[in-house]
Amino acid sequence: MNKSGLIEQERYTCAIGALQTVVAIPRAVPVLHSGPGCGEMIAGFFERSTGYAGGSTSPCTNFSEKEVVFGGIDRLRQIIENTYKVLDTDLQVVLTGCTAGIVGDDAGSLTEEFRAQGKPIVSVETPGFMCNNFEAHSLVVNAIVGQYADGFGNEPRSKDNTVNLLASVPYQDPFWKGNLVEYKRLLAGIGLEANILFGPFSGGVAEWRTIPSANFNILVSPWYGKPIADNLEQKYGQPYFWYRHIPVGANQTEEFLRGVLTFSLENGAQIDEPAARAFIKRESEAYYEEIDNLATFLLEFRYGLPNHVHILHDAGYVLGLSKFLLHETGIIPKEQFVTDNTPPEFQDELRRYLAAASAKREIPLYFEPDAGAAQEIIRKLSHAGRGLIIGSGWDKELAIEKNYDYLSAALPTPYRLVMTANYAGFTGGLRIIEDIYNSVLATYR
Amino acid sequence: MPKTNLAYPSVQIRETRINSITGYQGTARGLVSASQCGLRDKSRGFSQCVGCATSKAACMTVLIQDAAVISHGPVGCSSCLHEFAFTYRVNACLRDVPNPTQRRIFSTNLTERDTVYGGAAKLAAAVREVKERVNPNAIFVLTTCAAGIIGDDTENVCDEAEEELGIPVVAIYCEGFRSTVWTTGFDAAYHGIARKLIKPAREHRPDVINVINFWGSDIFKEWFAPFGARPNYITPYATVAALERSSEAAATVQACSTLGSYLGAVLEQDFGVPEIPAAPPYGVAQTDRWFRALGKLLGKEDTAEALIAEKKDKYLPKIAEVRGKLKGKRAYVTAGAAHGHALLDVLGELGMEAVGAAVFHHDPFYDSGRAENDQLAQRVCDYGDVPNFNICNKQEFELVNALNKLRPDVLLARHGGMTLWGAKLGIPALLIGDEHYSMGYEGLVNYGGRLIEAIENDEFVKNLEKHAVNPYTKWWLAQDPYTFLQGTERRLRAERRLRTERCQQGGQCAGGLGAGG
Repeated sequence: MNKSGLIEQERYTCAIGALQTVVAIPRAVPVLHSGPGCGEMIAGFFERSTGYAGGSTSPCTNFSEKEVVFGGIDRLRQIIENTYKVLDTDLQVVLTGCTAGIVGDDAGSLTEEFRAQGKPIVSVETPGFMCNNFEAHSLVVNAIVGQYADGFGNEPRSKDNTVNLLASVPYQDPFWKGNLVEYKRLLAGIGLEANILFGPFSGGVAEWRTIPSANFNILVSPWYGKPIADNLEQKYGQPYFWYRHIPVGANQTEEFLRGVLTFSLENGAQIDEPAARAFIKRESEAYYEEIDNLATFLLEFRYGLPNHVHILHDAGYVLGLSKFLLHETGIIPKEQFVTDNTPPEFQDELRRYLAAASAKREIPLYFEPDAGAAQEIIRKLSHAGRGLIIGSGWDKELAIEKNYDYLSAALPTPYRLVMTANYAGFTGGLRIIEDIYNSVLATYR
Repeated sequence: MPKTNLAYPSVQIRETRINSITGYQGTARGLVSASQCGLRDKSRGFSQCVGCATSKAACMTVLIQDAAVISHGPVGCSSCLHEFAFTYRVNACLRDVPNPTQRRIFSTNLTERDTVYGGAAKLAAAVREVKERVNPNAIFVLTTCAAGIIGDDTENVCDEAEEELGIPVVAIYCEGFRSTVWTTGFDAAYHGIARKLIKPAREHRPDVINVINFWGSDIFKEWFAPFGARPNYITPYATVAALERSSEAAATVQACSTLGSYLGAVLEQDFGVPEIPAAPPYGVAQTDRWFRALGKLLGKEDTAEALIAEKKDKYLPKIAEVRGKLKGKRAYVTAGAAHGHALLDVLGELGMEAVGAAVFHHDPFYDSGRAENDQLAQRVCDYGDVPNFNICNKQEFELVNALNKLRPDVLLARHGGMTLWGAKLGIPALLIGDEHYSMGYEGLVNYGGRLIEAIENDEFVKNLEKHAVNPYTKWWLAQDPYTFLQGTERRLRAERRLRTERCQQGGQCAGGLGAGG
């Protein structure tokens, strides 16, 4: 990062952006105790992400001079009371912004009052200056666990074959919905029932109440979300299986599932191991049937295909996609850029994970939240052959400048719609292949 | 008349400068009358996310061709600005910018430590980093709530950097909490531009007319050609050099008085460029007035008359045809203030019934202080009253409730997020982003065509209605839409001279406004 700490071309947003974590829970509502523009900024960053009661539906105290001077707690009380009259919701999560944080409003005490009346309400401090939304996601989840899910008397680790899956940061991962469904399907295939907690195929707040009962947790993440796994381990004694990146394609998905399988058996899950291994094998065979068909195209298409790639994404995607593209499509990962502001203590380990991708080559890896600076590096690079850039909407112009192929796969992006597509798993690998080569083929007119 | 004051770093907010309000319910006629004789604002006991000045200031600076923008705040305060980068790129072809360059948008990325020790040093370093990385012709610094409350001396940082770097470094004060009217952000951007960029005129350019607008299509080139003039668009797609010379134009016109109220007045009062004494040209009656006012301002009345005659000859039959298809259809409008009035003009002209409106705020008068610029008053005079007229800063819960009760044939919207609720209720909804699309005589044909299409092609919304998820309670939908609009009232200071003059008109159609129906 540059000396001044400035960031060009934001690829993430601030702490209050974790209101999308609430939006991702069916029938939950974020209540903003913040300035009037915070909701608009977040809605504009994520785009097409209103869900049940996000975006223009979310209640907000819309701080004015008056609240800055006199405090806004009375206003927040009024907004919460009327939220119950106007909106029909199962869970209310109050998120505070910079204004509330600086003037020192105590939203926590206020929501406790409502909770004492039996309301399912949670509060969490998310002033934008505190951290980014990757980190605040954990704050929100832990607040809901502590202030809501914890209170239903479910015995910790009472369900041997149930796991809590901690994977995507909803909406920040554009493929979160599809990914969670694919994880759920794959884990069911080896005999585990997964609480995925977010999206239409989760069980809503009822599923959140069963979090303590899960036998163990699965964390699929380079670094974010780890405080959730740590919290649950400490709170309920649930150990966790940690896979460092999104598993894409066959090699990684098999490694992921075998790892989970071993961990499950070690932790007393009741698993039919041969059936689980047969499931993995069948999935893999179906995958390679497609790769077989594809190989001819990859090897024989004589009009030009990309031979190298730069990825600008969060660490989980940079690692997962780099390894996948190298081994399963033959596209060589050149300089890679992690734009998620990975804390320094995780960086060395992630470098080792990427280095392990190949004994033959070194893949240069940059941790650079100032994506404008990352683009300056790419501008000056020159590799032989046809290049591909996988990144956010910001990178489309760079790809045009360099005459590279381009795949929009990171936020923010006005250039692509993602609904339920998944990049995780066997099917995720096939989907990326379709996306890359369809965009390449679309250049032939 | 309100006074501009470029001596102060920040602009006076709309509530105190021109008495703008965000809460009202009644009729359009009642609002016009109250605006002229003293107006009260109302607050709400429930509110949803609105929007703030920052993004409005951003859209008037990010799209300047050769400038860079720094948001001085936490990273979230600029996280929707990528949308303006997209706008710049995709609309460039409408505005003769064949090779749109990448937008350069930065955040000082304030953290908790900065809220304790101050962020000024970080901003100072950021400005220099941006100069080195981008080499822009100007740098704009947008302030945010956090930077404002911790009290960073942004002005001093910018002044020092400007001296050192030799390019304008313009502080724009657009903290979200300062104003309940987010369009204050436009004023804030223009204030900074007027203070630091626009230079006193070196020459008078009778062939240039300033157009204050967004990023709509280039219709003014064709409109001004008969007058021997061309548009100087402010500020999207302008260059820093072109903005500097805005003071040399023969006149200023606006696509939307909500947008350009302040800058139009500054150009007139501080730089001597007259603003056209007419509201923007929406509807036949107002288009007539607008071209006449333009002709008079340029000393080319004959040209104006010839142009009006020629255009009417061409378009009136087509307008009549559209009117025949739309007559009697019921419509509801939700939009920012003046553009909402413009859409109500269009509906009136096309013979449609405006059954209600949710307009984001109301400026009882504009910075010019001229009665001729009061578009809502003219709408009422030209086409009659509008019932269920609500001043509502994007409060979706009120909109949903009102739409559910009124069930219009079509919903006209101008800002994102609002059309969904028409569609969920099975009401065809139309959003046109190009503010010039419905302007002038031809605009009525254009917009009318889209209205016919939207009303006719309703299969999608009818299907969506059957499956739509609705988070609003049955209790709420059974209440009066304005149940929560009864909080404390803020009595506004009506501007005295204006009040006397306009109250004497008794809210009636005045001479010079033309006869009305």
